Amino acid sequence: MKGHKPFLSGAEIFFECLKHEKVEVVFGYPGGAVLKLYEKLYDVDFLKHILVRHEQGATHMAEGYAKATGKTGVVLVTSGPGATNTVTGIADAYMDSVPIVVFTGQVPTHMIGNDAFQEADIVGITRPITKHNFLVRDVHELATIIKKAFFIANTGRPGPVLVDLPKDVINSLCEFEYPDKIELRGYKPTVLGHQNQIKKAADIIKNAKRLLFYVGGGVIMSGGNRELTLLAKENNIPITMTLQGLGAFPMTEPQSLGMLGMHGTYWANQAVNNCDVLVSLGARFDDRVTGKIEAFAPSAYKIHVDIDPTCIDKNVIVDLPIVGDVKHVLAELAAEINTPPDLNDWWEQIEKWKDECPLTYENNDGKLRTQHVLDRLNEFTKGEAVIVTDVGQHQMWTAQYYKFNHPRSHITSGGLGTMGFSVPAAIGAAFGIKDRPIISISGDGGFQMNMQELITAVFNKLPIKFIIINNSFLGMVRQWQELFHAEKYSFTDLGDSNPDFRKLGEAFGLKSFSTTKPEEVDPILEEAFSINDGPVLIEFKVEKEDMVFPIIPSGATLKEMMTKRLDPKEMT
Amino acid sequence: MKHTISVLVENQFGTFNRVVTMFSGKGFNVNSLSIGETEIPEISRMTIVTEGEEKIIEQVVKQLNRLIDTIKVVDLTGQPRVERELALITVYYQKGNRADIIGVSEIFRGNVVDINNKTITLEITGPPDKIDAAINVLEAYGIKEMARSGTVALKRGEQSRGDKKESVQKNNLQVEK
Repeated sequence: MKGHKPFLSGAEIFFECLKHEKVEVVFGYPGGAVLKLYEKLYDVDFLKHILVRHEQGATHMAEGYAKATGKTGVVLVTSGPGATNTVTGIADAYMDSVPIVVFTGQVPTHMIGNDAFQEADIVGITRPITKHNFLVRDVHELATIIKKAFFIANTGRPGPVLVDLPKDVINSLCEFEYPDKIELRGYKPTVLGHQNQIKKAADIIKNAKRLLFYVGGGVIMSGGNRELTLLAKENNIPITMTLQGLGAFPMTEPQSLGMLGMHGTYWANQAVNNCDVLVSLGARFDDRVTGKIEAFAPSAYKIHVDIDPTCIDKNVIVDLPIVGDVKHVLAELAAEINTPPDLNDWWEQIEKWKDECPLTYENNDGKLRTQHVLDRLNEFTKGEAVIVTDVGQHQMWTAQYYKFNHPRSHITSGGLGTMGFSVPAAIGAAFGIKDRPIISISGDGGFQMNMQELITAVFNKLPIKFIIINNSFLGMVRQWQELFHAEKYSFTDLGDSNPDFRKLGEAFGLKSFSTTKPEEVDPILEEAFSINDGPVLIEFKVEKEDMVFPIIPSGATLKEMMTKRLDPKEMT
Repeated sequence: MKHTISVLVENQFGTFNRVVTMFSGKGFNVNSLSIGETEIPEISRMTIVTEGEEKIIEQVVKQLNRLIDTIKVVDLTGQPRVERELALITVYYQKGNRADIIGVSEIFRGNVVDINNKTITLEITGPPDKIDAAINVLEAYGIKEMARSGTVALKRGEQSRGDKKESVQKNNLQVEK
């Protein structure tokens, strides 16, 4: 029978395709429309299926896995509610450019539009939050569509792709052959930057007096961190990173100015404000970075390198755009920059700013503070951990105080700001990274948004440290209420309604700790890091009304930066 | 300023919706939008008339290019082009003015396509401003109802599809696909 292609069912084709795409792990939840897939999955041995407890958890796990490894995260869920539960995770992946492919079950093609049981138009719902999506209407298209989905998700500017699989398509048979090549004439990302633009950029960089690199997540996605590190160290170039860019350049190196923007360091923001050449690498001039657009790097010649042309001139008009893969462009820039710019005076100025307003917190009043926990974590893990944060104050403190030395080590929901991200995303990361500690940090609010996934970590014996920074408040919202909303603490006080987190952890089967004392942080971390056959939970009950400083109010300028809580006496 | 943008898209399930979703999601204006097959059955042409500052139009073109199902995006504004729109206009007539209405139609090179004892339906084709002018005159007789197709447009002369690919360039920034 040589030369004959095998006849397979849609379900069999599905798994053959995943095998060809070298998928190692699928985060999923079974249901009516995907029963046939789960029937086949029962006998599949080349990949691991992780049973989640909620489909939102599955999408965040896929994101965590993708962000930690650079591989594409895969989700498999049923139709209707299974599909709609993935929406937040998909939107999150879209905002942060995370490559995931979400497979959703769908009612049989002849019933689509009939309000069938568990029917939802998930392709329609996710159109504005996916890089692309597909409804497979014929089993003959299945293999090609799956190949396209993986290709689109993890090339160019990465993003989520959804593939909707009607039940009859999965059940029907067809000849199977995995396509070698796919033709997408409307999708050809520009990888190589324009030669002349790069030459021009190099000239401007060489002659800069007050140079600054503004580095975003694109450097990490493109794998350009090595090129960046070489270039910056060789030429002693100051680097500031966005929330998603942290770790693209080692934060323990003297060239790192830390994070910029709303909660960025004083000196990084001063540098942005005063630089004469600003080189944006894989960043998108987000409003949390720029504040008031007109006042952002007002005197700088702006160079913008990005693979996505829509990012260029969207928020800030730049002088020199370069469309291309940041890794490639950085390598070519490095080859062109043969004489380093003279930045001695500029560095002197930056050092002055560092002394003027360092990151500090009260550490001697016996009260437990998040910053102290982070300092200790940094010490315990030597900046080698993968830290997965949620959204809010603890997220900003982590960005300020933990020294990320490697790319793909800081995983957080930046663009969408999805509370409930950390617990499942850390689980996803733990499936991809086995040789480094995985630490999930959440606030007491966000933790309760996806805590059901703790059991997924317990069941799979993942050695994750789940840390809850419990200040009994929705802390960041409380901070804004104090600063900007007349101190009306409207529905942000969780004090009386929080569960006992230690007991909760124990109920899920985690070794759990809780403390209010700074001196107990070290012994707890020591014990927690000695447990490696499963997850642990640590609740740090911290000072309730601490605020994240510095802060530049939304849409404001550096002049309006607040560096500490105003003393009531000063506020006359 | 008004821009006429011609977009070649894959003639596929959901493509139209994708473009419209992008426009509404990004808050871009759509003055008119028409879509139909081209000489190649698997490719459709959309003609979109939109309005906005230059910065917005640049984003419109880039965002259109970014969609996976778009093959080519050309801003025809400022280029030699033919633009046509079709309008069907049903007008009330009274005893004695039917000939006047037909006269107006003839001036605009329109056709009478339907008539009954109260109304007459005219078909008028041309650039949008010509149709506006016809409507302006016909309003005096009383327009019962009207349907406009939206603009369709093609570039004039040698450079049509199949020739050298066009691109939207800004400082050598290539957004060509």
